[in-house]
Amino acid sequence: MKTLNDSIQAIPLNHYILLCSIIFSIGVIGVLVRRNAIVIFMSIELMLNSVNLLLTAFSVYRGDATGQVFVFFIMALAAAEVAVGLAIIVMIYRNTNSIDINVLNRLKW
Amino acid sequence: MNNLIWLIPILPLAGFVINGIGRNTLSKGVIGFLGSFLVLVSFGISLAVFLQVKSTGTPINVTIYDWFAIGDFHFQFAFLIDQLSSLMLLIITGVGFLIHLYSVGYMKDDAGFGKFFSYLNLFVFFMLLLVMGSNYVIMFIGWEGVGLCSYLLIGFWYTNPAYADAAKKAFIMNRIGDLGFIFGVFLLIKYFGSTAFADVFSRAGTQPFAAAPYVLITILLFVGAVGKSAQLPLFTWLPDAMAGPTPVSALIHAATMVTAGVYMVARSNILFTLAPVTMHIVAIIGLATAVVAALIALTQTDIKKVLAYSTVSQLGYMFLGLGVGAYTGAFFHVLTHAFFKALLFLGAGSVIHACSGEQDMRNMGGLKGKLRITFITMLVGTLAISGIPPFAGFFSKDEILAHVFAASPAMYAIGVLTAMFTSFYMFRLLYLTFYGKFRGTHEQEHHLHESPPNMTVPLIVLAILSLVGGFIGIPESLGGHHWLAQYLAPVFQKSAALFTGSTLSGSTEITLMAVSVTGAIVALVYAYMKYVKNGHVPVADTAKRSPLASLSYHKFYFDEIYDTLIRKPLDWLSEFAYNYIEKLGIDGIVNGFGKGSMDASRGLRLLQSGNVGFYIFMMVVGIVSILMYLVIKF
Amino acid sequence: MSTFYFIAFLSIFFSILVITAKNPVHSILYLILTFATFTVHYILMNAQFVAIVNFIVYMGAILVLFLYTLMLINLNKDSEPQKSNIIKIIGFIAGGCFLVAVVAALKAYQTSQLVVLQNPNLGLVKNLGKILFNEYLLPFEVSSILLLSAMVGAVLLATKEPKTT
Repeated sequence: MKTLNDSIQAIPLNHYILLCSIIFSIGVIGVLVRRNAIVIFMSIELMLNSVNLLLTAFSVYRGDATGQVFVFFIMALAAAEVAVGLAIIVMIYRNTNSIDINVLNRLKW
Repeated sequence: MNNLIWLIPILPLAGFVINGIGRNTLSKGVIGFLGSFLVLVSFGISLAVFLQVKSTGTPINVTIYDWFAIGDFHFQFAFLIDQLSSLMLLIITGVGFLIHLYSVGYMKDDAGFGKFFSYLNLFVFFMLLLVMGSNYVIMFIGWEGVGLCSYLLIGFWYTNPAYADAAKKAFIMNRIGDLGFIFGVFLLIKYFGSTAFADVFSRAGTQPFAAAPYVLITILLFVGAVGKSAQLPLFTWLPDAMAGPTPVSALIHAATMVTAGVYMVARSNILFTLAPVTMHIVAIIGLATAVVAALIALTQTDIKKVLAYSTVSQLGYMFLGLGVGAYTGAFFHVLTHAFFKALLFLGAGSVIHACSGEQDMRNMGGLKGKLRITFITMLVGTLAISGIPPFAGFFSKDEILAHVFAASPAMYAIGVLTAMFTSFYMFRLLYLTFYGKFRGTHEQEHHLHESPPNMTVPLIVLAILSLVGGFIGIPESLGGHHWLAQYLAPVFQKSAALFTGSTLSGSTEITLMAVSVTGAIVALVYAYMKYVKNGHVPVADTAKRSPLASLSYHKFYFDEIYDTLIRKPLDWLSEFAYNYIEKLGIDGIVNGFGKGSMDASRGLRLLQSGNVGFYIFMMVVGIVSILMYLVIKF
Repeated sequence: MSTFYFIAFLSIFFSILVITAKNPVHSILYLILTFATFTVHYILMNAQFVAIVNFIVYMGAILVLFLYTLMLINLNKDSEPQKSNIIKIIGFIAGGCFLVAVVAALKAYQTSQLVVLQNPNLGLVKNLGKILFNEYLLPFEVSSILLLSAMVGAVLLATKEPKTT
């Protein structure tokens, strides 16, 4: 326990924020450059998790457990989201035989 | 008694509601009975109220409820029955009842019988409200209400576009006047802080004499009276209003509604007396109206039009009387005029009824033998309006003329001349209708018949009233007491104290009477020579007339002048507004917005490529821009 | 201290691999590794509950779900159709801009205090359970409805419709 505390105390909050920002940006880039719907979905999960990590860091920083409760709720939400999202992807695949988002171009006038 | 006063207006209202709802289901007998009977009950109560006021000499003030309050300004829904309104109540309910009775016979074949009676009852209700109100606002409610009923009844046969137009004309012209009236009421609230008659009149003397507010208020009120009582320059609606059924003309456009303006001025006599400028205007407009209308009536051939112009002319007399301070005389004339003009209209209605709807006097004549009762009663009415003693019109008209002489002999001369014209055109009407040979078709001649008793009885009653009605105001110069003047004295007390004009000696008065009676008889004889002896018949519409006759026949081109001066520019203006402001301006803006957004979206929808990746990219771009903005801002 | 930076480096490294791997299955595996490093982060902060939930729910359930879906779809082609390079560059630039913006925002706030764990019990299951079932009881129950409806929705969506024609 003692060593753990030490290892935390040495880290400035900004570094946590920086780490999470970088991972979040990687998620954004992943969404932008990939065409596979599942990979895009995974990038979104990546972004979600970076936020989770940051929330936990803030929670520890402020000594307030609410942040971690919030993380728990986000995870519940993510589970639901993934279930529905993947079901949609399965449906899309069934109908178009592809999960390439470029095929999904009917969302227009 | 006081707790029954509210019944006077409520009963006709109940009649309106019942007849209105049951107009298609109730039988004509029930509707006619109900409509007439309720007014008769009102008359009974009015008579009792009148007797009470007469015996006690104090006005009855009944507050029904507190209508509304704005800050300190409390507004009472209250009735005031004083000497003036008690007499008006008798006229409205009494003459009203007779006309209801007459209508039962006159309208019996009309499909809109129930509608007619419900409107008539509604009119009586509003007219009662007008005279019973204890303040200007209730008066205004009645004032608007009678205007509405007038509109409804003029346009009663609304399937005829000309009649519907006449109704609209009456309504719009009245609106002009009503606007003046309501502004006057606003000013009353501003300067006196109240609209109640009692408050206003008691505070009236405290303001400096002839101060601007009085002139302004009285002129605005007078504008209202000009509209309602068909004075110059707003009189042209009244002759057109003859489009309505004849009982309507008798009740609304002769006996009651058009005298509302006179009633209102007489009611506000203190204000007017305090504004001599307005008094002069009232007198001049009254005189001008009397002359112009009489001149027009000289050549009209429609029996109802002649009577309509004569009504306008007589109303002009009343305003002339008001203008020279003869409030009693003017109101006296209202009373007698209600009797004989209602009689004349109902008689004309009887004639029209007999001639199967014919209204042109050129197609009448020789009805004397066939319509005995109608002829005799019409003769009484004609004598009364011509001012032949001892008929009612003589006393009232000569009282006005005597006061006019005291104020200005020149105006008196014109007044007497007008009286001669009156006598001439009324006897012309009588001679053309009842003397000579019948000039209509054989079909019409075959149908000629005297009207049924329920039409002739009102005629007889009104004829008796026209005969004896003047005796309530026999002037002292003729050995009377002028009961009416004494009765009304409390109402005009304050004005009388302020009155500065000279009074006439008894002998002068008798001389003046002799002059006007002589004038009337000369005109009568001239009419007799022209239309009975020589058998002259007015020429057809298209025939050539002398310029003066043409001027009179075409009603001094008033309608045409209004057409050119007001209607045409307005038409042009609305045409302009329609073509340019509406179509180009407003429509242009509205359509421009629609077209603009269509074009914009046509361009913008190209952004909607349907490519999800592109959408995400744009979303990121948006988020980044917002973040950048925030970073740069702080 | 150096543990954190090492783990942070691994997180970034694996997450880059997630988005660059050609084969989606590899992507998922890298994602699992990324989340594993996240779990280590949580443990470093003594957020034991979150660490365990992250381990079980994310790595155990959600990512297995991803794998499962991939298997169902049977996308065994090694390479998906790639976007053009231009799009890729634009995507990178946009993402980079995003990062720059966030970091710039970070720089605007000069504070850079150390993260100190004042209460070692903060992230323990006992402590969080107390909070969750006292203050956040209603949201907790509502989240159960959310999960239920998500399950129903997923079943409804993924069930093959009977051919009506």
